[in-house]
Amino acid sequence: MKAVISVIGKDKVGILAMIANECANYNLNVLDVTQTIVDSMFTMTMMVAIDEMSIPLNEFAEKMENLGKEKNLVIRCMHQDIFNSMHKI
Amino acid sequence: MQTNEILETIKMIDEEYLDIRTITMGISLLDCMDPDIQVSCQKVEEKICRLAKDLVKVGNDFSKIYGIPVVNKRISVTPIAMLVACSGGNPVEYALTLERCAQKLGVDFIGGYSALVQKGYAAGDNELIESIPEALAKTQHVCASVNVGSTKAGINMDAVAQMGRIVKRCAEYTKDDNCLGAAKLVVFCNAPEDNPFMAGAFHGVGEADCVINVGVSGPGVVRAVLSKADKSLRMDQIADLIKRTAFKITRMGQLVGTVASEKLGVPFGIVDLSLAPTPAIGDSVAYILEEMGLETCGAYGTTACLAMLNDAVKKGGVMATSNVGGLSGAFIPVSEDAGMIHAARTGALKLEKLEAMTAVCSVGLDMIVIPGETSASVISGIIADEAAIGMVNTKTTAVRVIPAIGKDVGDELDFGGLLGAGPVMPISQISNDVMINRGGRIPAPLQALKN
Repeated sequence: MKAVISVIGKDKVGILAMIANECANYNLNVLDVTQTIVDSMFTMTMMVAIDEMSIPLNEFAEKMENLGKEKNLVIRCMHQDIFNSMHKI
Repeated sequence: MQTNEILETIKMIDEEYLDIRTITMGISLLDCMDPDIQVSCQKVEEKICRLAKDLVKVGNDFSKIYGIPVVNKRISVTPIAMLVACSGGNPVEYALTLERCAQKLGVDFIGGYSALVQKGYAAGDNELIESIPEALAKTQHVCASVNVGSTKAGINMDAVAQMGRIVKRCAEYTKDDNCLGAAKLVVFCNAPEDNPFMAGAFHGVGEADCVINVGVSGPGVVRAVLSKADKSLRMDQIADLIKRTAFKITRMGQLVGTVASEKLGVPFGIVDLSLAPTPAIGDSVAYILEEMGLETCGAYGTTACLAMLNDAVKKGGVMATSNVGGLSGAFIPVSEDAGMIHAARTGALKLEKLEAMTAVCSVGLDMIVIPGETSASVISGIIADEAAIGMVNTKTTAVRVIPAIGKDVGDELDFGGLLGAGPVMPISQISNDVMINRGGRIPAPLQALKN
């Protein structure tokens, strides 16, 4: 199973490192990363494998959300099924 | 998976108010009937609390895991009039039992304080209907509905006359609380038995013992798509855009239904494809109609736009889910829709236009605040007219009007939350006493010989 971590906010040093670090802490394997910067707004989507993660996905999602609030970013972790079901028949 | 698809979904949730309006667990109470009302209430409480004990948790977990809000968790039950038929006693006992369940489980609403009297009254029906004002005044989470007509049975005019009085009494009993009682009561024609939306949800007798029904929302998403569309697009191209969007919205309902039914160990019933507005600016059905090119909702052309919207939502949604049901279409509750409130306040939207709109949308005259002086028979007349539209057009129609006791045109009622706020709308007060007092039944219309 996979989840998508998305980060939106003002660009600054260390965003990718911070997210990757959290993933490593909870044993999520990073599969793919895409990021763009438009008008100094940072947008990143990261695909992660969640089969082996050490805490439930809802708890991890909450942690990421709180981390985002702390760092003035919008960070989300969402199960990939929501995107698959919306965009694939 | 494409990044733009991911961002599109996130934007819908973040900026366009896409949400799952409700996960509604339908629970049959037929096996809870007992000749002793105390025993009956005990069985009801035990069954509801047993089956729905994880409902709120599953809804909240879903929100966290998938990142989409599940706004309400609700329960619908077998029409309580059927239990009253067996147990006798004061029906309000059942309302208090349902309220206890709602508070214990933390659900937002519990519907099914209902009676189906489209053709006539059976044991328990009259007692339940008469008790509705007291039941709604004494509870916060319980919703009531009464079905007074259907295409197959005609319209029960005795019930129509009675419901005019009951609606008024509901408002009077709660006059210190914005007449909220009347906002929790719906009078139906052709009531659907698997509707997850309040106040009209109940669990029909043809349904399974326990099912999960889902209602999605999403007027904001449709509005956003249309606002980006070129103003020179033809109407059929607009319809196409709505269909595509409705498909995506409905897929969310299908997902939550599948996951919730698996987690709760309960069969998945239906997804209701309705576009249900909220008072949040932007999450409005009226704004969708205005994006199609009307200056204000209520202008001539409104009914045509709504007809197309309603149909396109169904066409887009049907393919997105395995089982469609409930009301499925566009809702036009005045006080719950920022655009409708604006149109009503400025006088652009009148009751007559709303009545025409109900002929082509999925429900009826919904959340309309009327002067407190309005007589019971005028309210009955509104109900009769709506029921006639539903009966003849083989569709669901409903009336949820709130007589604002002690207030008149120019005043407002503010319910707060999803129920919103609305101005008292002027309505015709011309007497129809003789017609309403006739009672009896309007025979069912012909369903053949249509050519």
